[in-house]
Amino acid sequence: MGCRVKRTLSKMSLVFANVLALPALAESATKVEQYQLNLTKGVTDISEKVYDLHMLMFIICVVIAAGVFGAMFWAMWFHRKSKGAKPANFHESIKVEIAWTVIPFIILIVMAVPAAKLLIDMEDANQPDLTIQVTGSQWKWHYKYMDDGVEYFSKLATQPEQIQGKFEKGHNYLLEVDRPLVIPIDKKVRFLITSDDVIHAWWVPDFAVKQDANPGFINDAWAKVNEPGIYRGQCAELCGKDHGFMPIVVIAKTQADYESWIGEQKDIIAKAKAEEQRLLSMNMTMDEAMTTGEKVYMANCAACHMPNGEGLPGVFPALKGSQIALKDQPAHIDRVVFGVAGTAMQAYAKQLSMTDMAAVITYERNAWGNNTNDLVQAKDINAAINGK
Amino acid sequence: MNTPTSEHHHESHDHHEHHIPKGIKRWLYTTNHKDIGTLYLWFAFIMFLTGGAMAMVIRAELFQPGLQIVEPNFFNQMTTVHGLIMVFGAVMPAFTGLANWLIPMMIGAPDMALPRMNNWSFWILPFAFIILLSSLFMEGGGPAFGWTFYAPLSTTYSNDTTALFVFSVHIMGASSIMGAINVIVTIFNMRAPGMTWMKMPLFVWTWLITAFLLIAVMPVLAGAVTMVLTDKFFGTSFFDAAGGGDPVMFQHIFWFFGHPEVYIMILPAFGIISQIVPTFSRKPLFGYASMVYATTSIALLSFIVWAHHMFTTGMPVFAEMFFMLATMLISVPTGVKVFNWVATMWRGSLSFEVPMLFALAFIVLFTIGGLSGLMLAITPVDFQYHDTYFVVAHFHYVLVTGAIFSIMAAVYYWLPKWTGKMFDITLAKWHFWCSLVSVNVLFFPMHFVGLAGMPRRIPDYALQFADFNKWISIGGFAFGLSQLIFLALLIKACRKKGEPVSAQVWEGAEGLEWEIPSPAPYHTFETPPVVK
Repeated sequence: MGCRVKRTLSKMSLVFANVLALPALAESATKVEQYQLNLTKGVTDISEKVYDLHMLMFIICVVIAAGVFGAMFWAMWFHRKSKGAKPANFHESIKVEIAWTVIPFIILIVMAVPAAKLLIDMEDANQPDLTIQVTGSQWKWHYKYMDDGVEYFSKLATQPEQIQGKFEKGHNYLLEVDRPLVIPIDKKVRFLITSDDVIHAWWVPDFAVKQDANPGFINDAWAKVNEPGIYRGQCAELCGKDHGFMPIVVIAKTQADYESWIGEQKDIIAKAKAEEQRLLSMNMTMDEAMTTGEKVYMANCAACHMPNGEGLPGVFPALKGSQIALKDQPAHIDRVVFGVAGTAMQAYAKQLSMTDMAAVITYERNAWGNNTNDLVQAKDINAAINGK
Repeated sequence: MNTPTSEHHHESHDHHEHHIPKGIKRWLYTTNHKDIGTLYLWFAFIMFLTGGAMAMVIRAELFQPGLQIVEPNFFNQMTTVHGLIMVFGAVMPAFTGLANWLIPMMIGAPDMALPRMNNWSFWILPFAFIILLSSLFMEGGGPAFGWTFYAPLSTTYSNDTTALFVFSVHIMGASSIMGAINVIVTIFNMRAPGMTWMKMPLFVWTWLITAFLLIAVMPVLAGAVTMVLTDKFFGTSFFDAAGGGDPVMFQHIFWFFGHPEVYIMILPAFGIISQIVPTFSRKPLFGYASMVYATTSIALLSFIVWAHHMFTTGMPVFAEMFFMLATMLISVPTGVKVFNWVATMWRGSLSFEVPMLFALAFIVLFTIGGLSGLMLAITPVDFQYHDTYFVVAHFHYVLVTGAIFSIMAAVYYWLPKWTGKMFDITLAKWHFWCSLVSVNVLFFPMHFVGLAGMPRRIPDYALQFADFNKWISIGGFAFGLSQLIFLALLIKACRKKGEPVSAQVWEGAEGLEWEIPSPAPYHTFETPPVVK
């Protein structure tokens, strides 16, 4: 930040911006900016206008504060009893009272006019070039390209060992995901934002976009990014245990790069479907299922049911020793595939492949002393989803 | 109690004076406004230390990146219960305690109008907080959905101890409503002859307006928690879209309570500062009438600004515009108050005793919180600030260096009147300076990490926030420790150590409470004074 001053600010705000950005500028680009003091300027016209408005507000507030505190400290210094000050006895002045009611009012109007104009621009998500549905759920984001049929989940990619302090923390600690959102630059991208469970908020500071994801309702927001790059954000509304662990990463690419990326995604999806059909007729061995299952479990289930399968008593049920994981296999499959309505248990049919679901159920039925020896296959999941 | 002028009554009270019950029974059965005031204040202080201990857990976890001390689920319980305890257990009961002690003495009344209800409204409070705190030790833990308990996180996705949270909030609300009724009835009916409306001390005025706010909005909170209870346990769908409800409606209802609640926690503070600044400026309060009108306008405006907490929920542009403008408007009467305090000091004869130090810190730091509030009101930039540490910085400036500093100022100001002895001034100055420095190390850098993009209510954070968070935590621990100085001072004061003080205590102090002896007798103004 700080080096890309495109818009002409008032001289004053430039000085302030530079002073505030100084420590950040001193850092090299590869190092983490430890002392960013000011709002990010961002990479859209809107985010730059938001930054300018923020600086305008900030300067007005600093000037007001300087005036008030100046008068106050003057009185504290010169009108003190120890200096022999004798108290005056005035305690009313209609003129003064009117002045300091009317003048702030005028200052407010000066603030309100640009704010209102900018607000109207920000809220106008009409005529987008591209629409992406963003769905929050505990604790991941789902992106769906409405025009291309491409959709996928995006989850935290930081290793748990880094969070627990066993490994050194990486440069993008907690701000990295397995599959970032990819958008083209110079296009008006509209985000339709909603949620599958609790309220989340999709926030990318560089776009000045923060919009709540409300279950059962759809909000919209938009961004037209000026520069290719990687932009990081986080969920901004308390959404339960792992609220701090659902970052957002957006990669903005040129139109050509974006199109080739979308093409690749379509290929990947087609291949995955073909692979899934192929795997339906194959059987996993117990070892294969347990290895895949553990991986899937750690990535998707461990956040609530915990890595040791014991859950959080009173919050998330244990799988270790649970009757469903030990006995009722159809119920177990049903829960994983379709979720449990009215609880935090999500439906994984749209999140995982049949093979992965089969593997994770196998894992849950054989890990932590749940020694059922049950081996679930993809075709069992297929039967549950599509009927026998 | 409504006929304080009767001779008979007077005698019987004299008789009682020799038989103040001793021990635990005195405190359990008391209907004396001074005893109840003391109970409220000690309760508030214990809750302040309890909520503070939770803040220490939060700051310890945030001292460095990574998860070291607590699990995220427990971290969320800490932020939630810290907020609930500080709002409902510390700030509000402290103000009610001050109201109990001071309002009768300031208006020349012998006691509060409804003394038995007064006892009841205090004694249900400890049970409310025992219920709330005990849920932390139950299976699944206490509430973990933030003190704002947004649905559906607090309904479908919460654990079963939510029922205890709901019940405890109901009790807190009932206590507040009873306290407010008592204040209103006392002020309306029991003012001494000649104590006309526009002669009332500003602390009385601000509390009167606060009491009306309480009666208006505490039932709304009760409604909100009840709907959470029925949504969670009885199958209703107030906040569940699948049943025709709306989770955003919860936020509208909550903040319709929540915003006036903010003023409930700051208007009495305005009253306190308006008492203290004239005393140590040796000059009458500038613009008394405009202070009263400003307080009234703030209270009225507080009902039409609630949705500025909800700019990112996806309201229509028109609604966002309305709530932005209405919110900005509040800064006008608030500004008038600050200007009036500065004008009171202007060409006064200032001295800097401990209550004045806290009052001056209040004016500066509350104004900083007010100005960041003005920035937050601007919808387009609020999209960036919302739910970041910038907001955390803002509301801690208005609540800690605002409300809580004013409570400390009030305690130092009136403590000699209550005990008859001057408190330990050296300890008090240590308390002030340690608190002042540490509170700014604690809360000022939060503005920066907030602007740089750190969301609130997260137990772990990206590496670029690490250095500031370390400083914030150090400031937090120092501020926490500083309050132990206050504890030591208060214990000393309650054991009646120190130099005896005169009736007036502070040169320049004016008002009925400074005309009765120090310490204030157990019963005061059994014969009402005549106010000229």
